[in-house]
Amino acid sequence: MVGVDGTERAMETLSESVERARASGDDLTVAVYSGADPVSVVETQVRDRLGALEYDAPVDRLEGHPGGTLVERAERGEYDRIVLPGGTRSPLGKLTFDSTVKFVLLNAHTSVTLIR
Amino acid sequence: MTRNYPDEAVGGFPRPPRETTDDEGRSIVVGHATELDALVELYVDFDPADRAQGIPPVGEDAIREWLERITGTDTVNMTARHDGRVVGHAMLVGEDEHELAIFVLQAYQNAGIGTELLRTTLGAAAADGIERVWLAVERWNDPAIALYRRVGFESVDNPDFEMVMTLRLETEA
Repeated sequence: MVGVDGTERAMETLSESVERARASGDDLTVAVYSGADPVSVVETQVRDRLGALEYDAPVDRLEGHPGGTLVERAERGEYDRIVLPGGTRSPLGKLTFDSTVKFVLLNAHTSVTLIR
Repeated sequence: MTRNYPDEAVGGFPRPPRETTDDEGRSIVVGHATELDALVELYVDFDPADRAQGIPPVGEDAIREWLERITGTDTVNMTARHDGRVVGHAMLVGEDEHELAIFVLQAYQNAGIGTELLRTTLGAAAADGIERVWLAVERWNDPAIALYRRVGFESVDNPDFEMVMTLRLETEA
């Protein structure tokens, strides 16, 4: 399950995950949630990107607390791995994690992959 | 990102260059960074355990690339030197708000150099008209947090891994 909030980094994470899923034959689901843009805009962006990559994957909207929902759904056994963009850089280069990444890292019992 | 800053501005920081003696009796000169190579050398020698949130990067090429990015216009880069060798570096990078980081070589830590370097960097920033300074520090790093509090930084409520602290500078420009 790849979490995408519509940021540039998240879209790159999506592209990279599609490439890996193709190579490995893994199933991939995209979970979209709102970042700077509302979730509907993110969803359109994601469907466009999947179209451009000619890859068919289910796209789920996450409403409410995205970190909590990602963890909960993985917990129910629907997914065995959560993939997220691996942090942004502060102006002077420090790595920072947004609250969703932080929540998932601290709470998920599945493997979590951060793409950099 | 908009961060909360204290209402009250803090002033009275010294301007560079400054010459002081550290707690170990070593003569230390604090002034604006003048050459990139001396900074590269500092970070090549840096103890990996003293890295913070991914900086400095590892390897000379990555270090050089990072330093080129953070030493451009509108940045403040201050060094502490002992016998001509750079032993500490503080930097301010940003636009509306400036992010602060400070590194001191392990053999020169706990001797008051960090405090001196930090205060002088804030003095140079105030002279440049920089008003808002922020930083992210790992929550377990008590000595660093204590140092930042001493010069006037206040912690901000935030949900991140790191503690964020801010300071409003009394500008002199």
